[in-house]
Amino acid sequence: MSATTVDATSAAHPTEAHHTSTGLSNEKLGMWVFLGSECLLFGGLITTFLFYREKEPLKGPAIGDLYDIPYTSVSSFVLLMSSLTMVLAVSAIKRHDQRNTRVWLFTTALLGASFVAGQVYEFTIFYREGLGYTTNLQGSAFYTLTGFHGVHVSLGIVMLLSAVVLSLRGRMGPERAETVEIIGLYWHFVDVVWIVIFTVVYLIP
Amino acid sequence: MALTEDRPETLELTAGDEAVVRHPLGAFTRPSGMTGWRSWLTTVDHKKIGILYGATALFFFFIGGIEALLIRAQLAQPDGQVLTPGQYNQVFTMHGTTMVFLVVMPLAAAFANYLIPLQVGARDVAFPRLNAFSYWTFLFGGIVLNSGWFLGGSPDNGWFNYAPNSGLAYSPGNGIDFWNMGLLIAGIASLVGAVNLIVTCLNMRAPGMTLMRMPVFTWMALVTQFLLLFAIPVLTVAQFLLMFERLFGAGFFDPEMGADPLLWQHLFWIFGHPEVYIMILPAFGIVSEIIPVFSRKPLFGYPFMVFSGIAIGFMGWGVWAHHMFASGLGPVSVAAFSLSTMFIAVPTGVKIFNWVGTLWGGKLRLTVPMAFAIALVAQFTVGGLSGVSHAVSPSDTQQTDTYYIVAHFHYVLFGGALFGMVGGLYFWWPKIFGHHLRDRLGWWHFWLMALGFNLTFGPMHIVGLQGMPRRTASYAAGMGWDFWNMVETVGSFLIGVSFLVFAYNILVSRNNPPAEPDPWDARSLEWGTTSPPPVWNFDETPVVHQLDEWWHRKYTEGDDHRLVLAAEPPTPFATAAGPSEPPHLPSPSYWPLVLALGLPFIAFGLLYTYWLAAVGGVLVFLAVYGWSLEPSVDPAGGHDDHGHTGHTGHAMPGASDDHAEVTDEEPVAVATTPEDTTEVSE
Repeated sequence: MSATTVDATSAAHPTEAHHTSTGLSNEKLGMWVFLGSECLLFGGLITTFLFYREKEPLKGPAIGDLYDIPYTSVSSFVLLMSSLTMVLAVSAIKRHDQRNTRVWLFTTALLGASFVAGQVYEFTIFYREGLGYTTNLQGSAFYTLTGFHGVHVSLGIVMLLSAVVLSLRGRMGPERAETVEIIGLYWHFVDVVWIVIFTVVYLIP
Repeated sequence: MALTEDRPETLELTAGDEAVVRHPLGAFTRPSGMTGWRSWLTTVDHKKIGILYGATALFFFFIGGIEALLIRAQLAQPDGQVLTPGQYNQVFTMHGTTMVFLVVMPLAAAFANYLIPLQVGARDVAFPRLNAFSYWTFLFGGIVLNSGWFLGGSPDNGWFNYAPNSGLAYSPGNGIDFWNMGLLIAGIASLVGAVNLIVTCLNMRAPGMTLMRMPVFTWMALVTQFLLLFAIPVLTVAQFLLMFERLFGAGFFDPEMGADPLLWQHLFWIFGHPEVYIMILPAFGIVSEIIPVFSRKPLFGYPFMVFSGIAIGFMGWGVWAHHMFASGLGPVSVAAFSLSTMFIAVPTGVKIFNWVGTLWGGKLRLTVPMAFAIALVAQFTVGGLSGVSHAVSPSDTQQTDTYYIVAHFHYVLFGGALFGMVGGLYFWWPKIFGHHLRDRLGWWHFWLMALGFNLTFGPMHIVGLQGMPRRTASYAAGMGWDFWNMVETVGSFLIGVSFLVFAYNILVSRNNPPAEPDPWDARSLEWGTTSPPPVWNFDETPVVHQLDEWWHRKYTEGDDHRLVLAAEPPTPFATAAGPSEPPHLPSPSYWPLVLALGLPFIAFGLLYTYWLAAVGGVLVFLAVYGWSLEPSVDPAGGHDDHGHTGHTGHAMPGASDDHAEVTDEEPVAVATTPEDTTEVSE
């Protein structure tokens, strides 16, 4: 479409050309509001876990005896690094650097996938050591909480890969920088939640 | 862009505008019609969606009302035999759940959807397709919740579904699952709606419409959406835990596994008490619109009204354990929650006094909506005062689980929320449908309903203090409860009759003469449009200078501080002819319906066979991608001002307002016409 009367700034940032009362685009504000709601979702799950961690398990191992802190630290580090690559992806698309946008989006997805794979591996180890989903309350609460987080990471990966595919098909140009930024908001939120989970669930006895 | 070419004056849709017919994902052609039954399935217009919400809520109100009458028929006399105890449990559970989640909440959503964009001067909500998705999700959630009537037993554990009764050991049937899954799905609807309306209020306001110029209804609806935003996920957590317990044996609330069933109560009431304000605040907002109009005075203490609503929104989070005084919380918790519960009566009292202050010295016009509004103020005060008596924990220990509690919450939710919303229906009916409801029938409705309501729930205070327990299928003769129970039953059937009058009033209203655009001489922006408002709401985005903008365009203040009609009548915000340039409207879409349709499949699949869940999953997957790849404004549709520009060479010309989705390809031209300030995007 020929942008006859459009000035350069609004072509570069089409969303900002639309006046909104707050100056934020609807989509970005919507994501912020949604993430506010997610805080309460994870808040409820973390509270449930903390509540049942205090209770001696009736059978099976206690969750605290199974943690492999060095291992989980490494996978946490991997997830945190994915926030860095996400920032690089946003920066690349704002610089109209399509190739690097794809590279960093894909790297972010890859790091996220490694984290999820690590979580699956951790679950398998815990299961082999005798803690199934229904063995005791600690296990149920732990798997539910970390499982919900894993699902969030996985949905983020789906979004990232969709963005890569769209970019390859030429439908994710610089004018869509905000879309990448919004995916980034979600991604950073999921990372921040993991910092809380890792601290509260794994590190604080 | 330069809007040079000729455009049709009206919004006649050229369905199948032959230029480009796109098949998103090859599934189906994008719908473009704005009339006919199919337009209701695909609509993204906030006004149609509001009407859908309202009609569905009234349908569920019919079902919930029949359940209420069954309860009263059972309790009319001692040793009632109308229902078996098992049936009675199902009926009172479904009555409560239906009225809370499928009547009051969606009625509030109906008003919020219809009115917020009109009151803030926007063309639609921020995310029109998400809005449609909210409605369909709510509908399917309601259907799942009610499916127990046909699938071997409805939920029978009360609307708060306490553990461990909700576990498999005590509730082996699927009833609890229908409750759980149905409300999970309805919760998605509320959450998505909350995000949508919050962004609409914050982001879509017309020029000059500062936050402190927003009408009180919009304010209260906004506070409600924030409460939903934060309360729904807590319920969702509790419901997921219960689902995993019932489906996979996780035992979160099962004492056999060492669990503490009180966890459910805490999670439920952390949601459940804000929920109380979710139900009443919209009605407060409605009444705050009605009373100033029929007192011909501005609302007394507008900022106090707004801030007390916000204060209720905050304090509503700190009182949940007053629902659990009898569960043995310990003296410190009980004292703390007693105090906080008493404190929350303060902002509520502020509202009552402000309404009275608005009435004081006003030129009162007693119309049907005004009658409902005044009834709310009176009856809510009664319910509020009995509520304070629960805050006193020793007295609450005596009252808990008796009919005194039933009397209390019906006075606030029926005498308050429902009266307010029915008043709102009478008030906005001419605006929404272009016809008044009949006055005479309205008065019959009001008096029958007010009389029936007070006869039904007033005596419950008495039998409750005499110790009559709630949720018990029958009572023995000679307890001294016989007379009042019969009175209550008579009253409840009067309420039933009053709603038959209402239904008749609705039925015949179509034959009434067309309503004026501003029949009540009202104050907020929606009254400056036509009745009913055009699809595009405002021909030109109104510029707001003060609170009650429309009123101040009609009247000025004379030398002696008396109202004087403005020199010339204000220009209406909308005309039948429409704006000179075709407005920029979002296009209808099938995907919200398809996406919502996937959810009940998943729910039933989890209960019966995973194959169904797989079908639901496929539907959801297809819908998410179909939705994301579809521009929110159809380039081929007839109602998009970019669509006619005739540029070719790209797969998807136009759709400039579709930026945040994983979709579109092109730095599209951004029109710099004034219309774009209220442009809708998704």
